[in-house]
Order: sequence, then structure tokens, then C-alpha cells
Amino acid sequence: MKTARRHAAIGALCGLLALSACDSGALSEDERAKIASLSIDALGPVPPSPGNRFADDPRAADFGRRLFFDEGLSGTGTVSCATCHNPDRQFQDGLPRGVGVAETDRRTMPLAGAAWNIWQFWDGRRDSLWAQALTPLEDQREHAGNRTAYARYIAEAYAGTYEEIFGPLPDLSQAPENASPLGTETERADWSAMAPEQREAVNRVFADIGKAIAAFERTLAPPETRFDRFARAMAAGQQPAGNAAFSDLELEGLRLFIGKANCLECHNGPRLTDDHFHNTGVPPAEGLPEDLGRATGIATVQSDPFNCLGRHSDATPEACEALRFMKRDATAMERAYKTPSLRGVAGRPPYMHAGQIASLEAVIDHYSSAPDAVSGQSEIRGVVFTDRGRQALIAFLKTLDPSGP
Amino acid sequence: MPPQRVNGTRRFMLAGLGLLAAAIAIYAAYRLFTPPAPEIDIAYNTVSRDGLYQVMFETDAQPVPVNETHEWVVTVTTPDGAPVTDASIAVDGGMPAHGHGLPTEPQAAENLGEGRYRVEGMRFNMGGHWEIRIGISADPGLDEAVFNLDL
Ligand code: HEC
Ligand code: HEC
Repeated sequence: MKTARRHAAIGALCGLLALSACDSGALSEDERAKIASLSIDALGPVPPSPGNRFADDPRAADFGRRLFFDEGLSGTGTVSCATCHNPDRQFQDGLPRGVGVAETDRRTMPLAGAAWNIWQFWDGRRDSLWAQALTPLEDQREHAGNRTAYARYIAEAYAGTYEEIFGPLPDLSQAPENASPLGTETERADWSAMAPEQREAVNRVFADIGKAIAAFERTLAPPETRFDRFARAMAAGQQPAGNAAFSDLELEGLRLFIGKANCLECHNGPRLTDDHFHNTGVPPAEGLPEDLGRATGIATVQSDPFNCLGRHSDATPEACEALRFMKRDATAMERAYKTPSLRGVAGRPPYMHAGQIASLEAVIDHYSSAPDAVSGQSEIRGVVFTDRGRQALIAFLKTLDPSGP
Repeated sequence: MPPQRVNGTRRFMLAGLGLLAAAIAIYAAYRLFTPPAPEIDIAYNTVSRDGLYQVMFETDAQPVPVNETHEWVVTVTTPDGAPVTDASIAVDGGMPAHGHGLPTEPQAAENLGEGRYRVEGMRFNMGGHWEIRIGISADPGLDEAVFNLDL
């Protein structure tokens, strides 16, 4: 409290005297603390994944990398994870909505740092990377395949590698070619007709595919940015040098971001996300089915057979913290979406969960006009920006680009 | 003039300005903040609304962290200090200024005895002013303690 008062007093004084020490170069103690909290240096090691005991096995990561890029892991033989998560574009595709076998309803999310997420997807309908990876594989617009075919494919193409990591493959000779509880009518019927042990055997290989891919994704850490070098110099009490030095405009933008513009309310911590869900009044994209965001994600993650409490999870129930303490109030979460990380954001338009907003300029306009949500309650209170303020915020966001100037 | 002397003069002037600024700042602080503005009471120890319980919380994570799921130990006694050992505890809260609740649903996971209760799943997803309400139900009756935190 005392320091806050002193800052207030000094701030008032700066206004009066316009002392040189108070110009844009001098950051307050509070500003310095906030800057340090956003720095990559504040990012701890990748958190444990108790549901996946292969999470940190380098052999699993290596296998996972091969699977991530393998188009054989699709119903059509034409789609891999990398089709949408392109490593040359921050593991996303730059499209408003991801396109596999057909166009989906949501924008492809970048993957660097996803291993630090508590929830996966815009609506958090999965609670781990390994459970997430299984979802696009059986989505008819993405990989368009089914779990029995995937298990057979692993036995065919990767038996040795698989067995070295996960142990002996089950006998799949009796399993149908194509069967899944989520597939076409015939696939579902064939799945029901399988013996329970056979279904479990297929489920296990399917889950292991997810665990290997997750082990690979855990190696994708967010790269260092100009902002991080700036923040590091600040923390060390040094004048940022070379390209770590910020222009006046960038510094102004940073101060707005951590100050008057309220961005830090949600975009906080070293990934610039609070790992939570908010309705920010982003209008739905035209022509898509109704999307209630987190309000539906809550029930979906609870009923996911591959969640942390499921039988293919390696976690004890106590370790399933995300699910145990999950906020279950769906009405408060209508059209709430996960706060996206802003690392690298300038380099990957368009924005928002269905690519509704084309540019950063238009994103700032959105936060300024703060439209009412079509349903649920938007948490955004409009902020009035000057033209210079808009430019400044964008200039700051660009310093979060790994390939930034 | 050799550059060093320029620097020397500048430094001297800046130091003078600094002293002046400091003096004015102290005076301004004195003028601006006496008597102190009313403030939110920030304490980890409080009396419940109807005065039935004295309630305290402790946490290993100091200061109370943002974006980290952590535990609290809540201690409940009667006003005269006798531990309340058979209470049911419910934890809720939010940010009054933003109209939203906690990002998690914390749970009283364990009765540690001697009026101490372990609460799991505490999490704050932004800095600022939070209000935590601890509902207590035990023999003396139903009551609620409110903690104000500034993170
Ligand atoms: C058709 C394009 C497409 C393919 C193929 C695809 N994804 Fe995605 N990915 C998306 C979209 C779109 C989202 C967001 C979907 C949503 O929220 O509903 C997403 C979200 C994710 C997320 C969540 C990230 C976060 O921050 O929450 C992860 C992780 C991910 N994908 C990994 C994978 C993996 C692993 C594969 C391969 C098994 C894969 N994806 C295949 C388009 C695709
Ligand atoms: C109340 C929480 C909240 C606040 C405050 C907030 N954001 Fe966001 N931000 C979000 C959420 C949630 C999304 C995703 C919304 C969606 O897709 O529907 C988002 C999306 C974005 C995006 C698009 C990122 C992407 O990958 O699509 C940018 C850029 C952004 N915010 C910048 C800002 C800036 C700059 C500020 C301050 C002016 C700000 N945000 C304030 C929660 C917030």
C-alpha cells in the first residue's frame, strides 16, 4: 500500500513538473514487475502430464514427431496434423477455419507452448494433449479415420517402434477393418459387435498414438522474442541494447497493454493467457452452426472417455486437478472461449476462434467498441484509444513475434 | 569543453533536480494522503459476518500466486479461540469489479483436526482485487467469512 501511495504521489508530481526522469523511459516498480511477469524467463519447465507416463520419454517424442507428419494416419491418406499445424507457420495455417478433408468450424491454433495449457481447444473440451490428439483423428472433416483402422495401421507401419516404447501390440487380426464408436453407422455397428476385450485393445493402441504425439508436442516451447530480451534487460537493471531496445511507440504500447487498456486482465503470465475462458463479445462467423464455446466444453470434457479420469489415463484421480476443480457453471460460460496466447500473434492473422477478425487493427477496434455478445455476457468494457494508442499497442504486439524486427 | 565535464555538470544538475523532486514528493505525499483514504481491509485473519467464528487462512505460496493452482489451510475457531473441529467448509469468491467468479471450484479436501481444514484448487487468474467467501457450517451455526485480497 505504502509504495502504491508513493507512486501515486510521484505520478502526480510528474504531471505537474514534467520532470525528465518521468518521461516514457522511466518505468515504475509496478510496471517493471508486470513486465517481468510476462517474460519468457517467468515460464517454468513444461508441467507434468500425469495421465501420460510416456510424456517425457524421448523415444515416444520421436515416434510422435513421425506420427504428427504422417498422412497415412488419416482415412483418406492425405491429411496429417501438419496439414493444418504447419511448422513453418507457427504450427497453424493462417486460415479463418482449419481445412482437412473438409472445412471445420474453428480456427487452427498454434502449438508452441500448448503443453503448458490446462485445457485444450478453444472451448477446453479436452484436458490433456494426448486426449486432444485423438479428436481430429476421428473427426470426419479432419483426418476422417477411425480408431480400428489406426490401430491396424500402427501394427502395419510402426510395429517395432511402437513395441519398443509401449510393449507388445495386441492381436488385431479379428478386428474389423473400420470400426469406431464415433464413425459412420456401419463403423459404429461393427464397433458394438466387437468383443469388449477387442475394443479395449484397440482403444489402448489409439490412446498410445495420442501419448506419443503429445510427447512430441511437449518439445514445442515458445521461442524467445524481442520483448523477452527487453524484459530481461529491464530485470537486470540494464539499458536494453541492440534489437532488445524498444522504440518510444513500442514502449507506449507495452505500457497501455499492462495499464490502461486492461489487456493484462486476461492476457497475463509468460504465455499471455490466464488459461481460462471469457466471453469477449466476438460475433459468430456467418453460416456456422450455433457455438456456445466453453458452455458446451464443460460437459464434453467430463464425458470424454480419454480424460484424466478415464481408464487409459495413467494418473491417479487426485492428480486430475483440472477436472477436479473445474468450474462447472455452464451458464456463466456461454460463448466464452479460451484466452489465446499472444506470443507470435502478429504473424498469424486472422484472429479469434473462427477467424472472425482479419487484422490486429480490427482486433483493437473490437476492444474499443466492445460490442454486446450475441448470447452470454461480454466481459469487455470498451477502452477509448487514440490513433497513436492503437498504433502503439500493435507495435508492442509485434515485439512478441519470434521473427519480429 | 571535454565531454567528461559536460557529463559532470549534467549529473550535478540532475542530482539537484532529484533532491528537489524528492523534497516535493515527500511534501505532496504528506498533503495528498493525510488523513489516509479509506482502504479495503487486507487481512488473512477475520471475524465471520455474524461474529460466530474467527477465521484465518494460510498458504505455502507467498505471496498468494496468480495463475497457479494452490492450497490454503483455513483455521476456524470460536471468538474466544476454541477450535471448531467439525465444520463443513465451502469456498467461493470472485472479482467484484469485473463481475466474475473464481476460475475454479475449490474444495475443502481434508479436516486436519484442531479446527484446521485443507482447501484445494485455489486459483486466481488475474491480478487485482479478489473477494473470497468462506462459508462455515458447524454447531454454533451457519456463517460466512470474507477475505479481500489484492494480487
Ligand atoms: C483440419 C485441420 C486440423 C488438423 C488435421 C489437426 N488440427 Fe489441431 N486444431 C485444428 C483446429 C481448427 C483447432 C481448434 C479446434 C477447436 O477448438 O474446436 C485445433 C486445435 C488443436 C490443439 C489445441 C491447442 C490449444 O492451444 O488449445 C492441439 C494441441 C492440436 N490441435 C493438435 C493437433 C494434432 C496433434 C493433430 C493431429 C493428430 C491435429 N491437431 C490435427 C485444426 C486441425
Ligand atoms: C476479458 C478477457 C480479455 C481481455 C481483457 C482482453 N482479451 Fe484479448 N482475447 C481474449 C479472448 C477470450 C480471446 C479469444 C476470443 C474468441 O476467439 O472469441 C482474445 C483474443 C485476442 C486476440 C486474438 C488472438 C488470436 O490468436 O486469435 C488478440 C490479438 C487480443 N485478444 C489482444 C488483446 C488486447 C490487445 C487486449 C487489451 C486491449 C485484450 N486482448 C484484452 C480475452 C481477453
